[in-house]
Amino acid sequence: MSSSISTITDKTVECNLDASRYRRILVTVVAVVVGYLAFSVWMFDLPSVARKWSPERATMFMLDTYAHKDVVLMEWDRAGDIDVYFEAKIYEYERDPVWFSRSNADIGSRVEIENGSYFVLKGNTVELHGWPGLEAPLIFGRYADGRPRILGYENRRDALPDWIRWTENKIEVRPDLYTRLQVFGRKAEIHRYSLGWKYFWFDFSSPLADVSFFDAIGLMFSSDRVDPNQSNASLVLNEIWYNEIWFHMEIMVAMLETLLMALLGTFFAALFGLPLAFLAAQNITPFEAVRFSLRRLFDLLRGIDMLIWSLIFLRAFGPGLFTGAFAIAFTDTGTLGKLMSEAIENADSKQQEGIRSTGAQKSLQHRFGILPQIMPIFISQTLYYFESNVRGAVIIGAMGAGGIGLQFLGAMQTGSDFENVAYMAILVLLMVIFIDKMSARLRRVLIGLV
Amino acid sequence: MTTTTENSVDVYLERLHAQAKTRALYTVIFIGAIVFVITSGVIFSEEQNAGSLSRGLDQFWDFPTDLFSGAWAAGWDWFGLVGIYTPELFRTINLALFSTALGFICAVFLSLFASTNLISNGWVVSLTRRTLDVLRSFPELVIAIALLFLMGKGELPALIAIWLHTVGALGKLFSEAVENCDMKPVEGLQSAGAGWWQRVRFGVLPQVLPLFFSYGILRLEINVRASTILGFVGAGGIGEALKTNISWSYEPDIMAIMALLVITITTLDYLSTYVRNKLIGGIQL
Repeated sequence: MSSSISTITDKTVECNLDASRYRRILVTVVAVVVGYLAFSVWMFDLPSVARKWSPERATMFMLDTYAHKDVVLMEWDRAGDIDVYFEAKIYEYERDPVWFSRSNADIGSRVEIENGSYFVLKGNTVELHGWPGLEAPLIFGRYADGRPRILGYENRRDALPDWIRWTENKIEVRPDLYTRLQVFGRKAEIHRYSLGWKYFWFDFSSPLADVSFFDAIGLMFSSDRVDPNQSNASLVLNEIWYNEIWFHMEIMVAMLETLLMALLGTFFAALFGLPLAFLAAQNITPFEAVRFSLRRLFDLLRGIDMLIWSLIFLRAFGPGLFTGAFAIAFTDTGTLGKLMSEAIENADSKQQEGIRSTGAQKSLQHRFGILPQIMPIFISQTLYYFESNVRGAVIIGAMGAGGIGLQFLGAMQTGSDFENVAYMAILVLLMVIFIDKMSARLRRVLIGLV
Repeated sequence: MTTTTENSVDVYLERLHAQAKTRALYTVIFIGAIVFVITSGVIFSEEQNAGSLSRGLDQFWDFPTDLFSGAWAAGWDWFGLVGIYTPELFRTINLALFSTALGFICAVFLSLFASTNLISNGWVVSLTRRTLDVLRSFPELVIAIALLFLMGKGELPALIAIWLHTVGALGKLFSEAVENCDMKPVEGLQSAGAGWWQRVRFGVLPQVLPLFFSYGILRLEINVRASTILGFVGAGGIGEALKTNISWSYEPDIMAIMALLVITITTLDYLSTYVRNKLIGGIQL
């Protein structure tokens, strides 16, 4: 009895010893990880996110993706001449929009904004009437030396609503997200945002600028020609295709270019990868030197990133299809070659032996003994790489290889056309999702597995 | 008897011939499609005037030759250049490591909530899954460019971009691993009165952690590449150095950076294969 108890105790002690050692290792590892994380939080200055993040900029950015703005510009020196623009001076309206009524400097031109309030642009002042919460209209003008001011508030700025920011050279008025007034020493600007992507189908220079999409579809089948030289259908399609604000043609061509990059690149990778994989497989090629050098070649092709390959080819081919296609082909010849040579080595040798027993020569043994075994892997891997190469082509495209990536980066970095950025982002996402679905379906049809 | 056999052989032969015909047809269609794509691609590209194939093939070796001769001309100083860019390389690797670590931790927790065998509330599961889908579907580059625009240049936007994408990518793989794990230990723990966290801690995590780590290491490898690329758009590190040197055409420097990158990526490739084999015993992912 006593002996059995002592055994149990001994075992317990042993277990405890083990557990404490395990615990010590665990604690050390956790301490190192936590230490590293803490150090990195400090090094990357993670808390500064809150400081760097400007909600105002983010809001503007978001707003610009789904809304467009019209700009009413008045220069104080020539106050009688007020210009109304679409977006940032892309296009000056020839006819005044319905919300703008022009008049002389004494009566003032009126800019209607939402909830019944309006701006009045007079010779020396801009007035905001009827905004909820305002007892009297706000009157913006200038001091004698030209700096902007708000009449009647010069000595009591605290009484202004909090959506007005008054600095030395600028007054910024933003009663809500969709309305903005900026008063400078030289000019006053009203920004009037409205929802939607304007001119998406037809740009302002088009004869169909004010026609809605569905009306245009109807127009395509009507017999009265808008332009006597051209049928309505071809006019409508032409105007959409050559839209100068949304660049449908350029974007579609760029998408096609990106897609072709991925397609050609993957195709050539598969074309060269498979035979090279056979040459690099132990059960096919008896020559050690050949195998060794091929494996190092695969490593080299794979080890040089797709980005670096694209930079190398960029010098030779310039931005465009070939740069991307070659970069993808080089990288993936390495990847597919390595992968397939491993698959070939893992293939069952019994089938090959069976073919050999019929007296077939070497090439036939490989063709009927090994190829059928690795074909499903080969097809599914090639399709997977095609999918990932479509994404990759967008990225190396942005780094200079051309296609939709470059267009996207360009639009992003100019920082003014966020609706175009959003449009392209949606197109790219749709393309990627579509390719994924198609390739999954193709895999199912070809090899019966997902 | 014999006639039926002959008949059935005939039938099979006929079927085989029919199949062979269909196959030949598919092959022809496939090859035709490929030829069409290639020729139209070439014609399309020539038309776009975005670089010609023939001119490009002539100049194919120009840049690599420039690179090697530049590095050769620099002589021993070239190794000094390699030394100069090594700290930049470590900044890039550290960026990738930290964002992968943060993403890994978040993904572990989110994946538990995206697994139907641990959470019975369908709403929580589908909400978590959709979140992961959204995080995953935007490439790092897109998030990073948007954040760079909003927050100014620096490593932080890149860090957040890689982090978010990693959470999405790993979270999905992790939740699949959790859903496929053996539920018997969990049931055993439940019968012993273990709470939810205890069941996860002692029933699920020991099964899936090796797989989690191997996925994480694979992701680290991908993220090193990503953080190099993000350097190109203003996230600093070796990517930015490479971009600067390319725009200035400093061949020895470009060569040094490329050499560093190739060595790093190859080393990581081997290292991750080795560690993953140790962790999951050669199971193919």
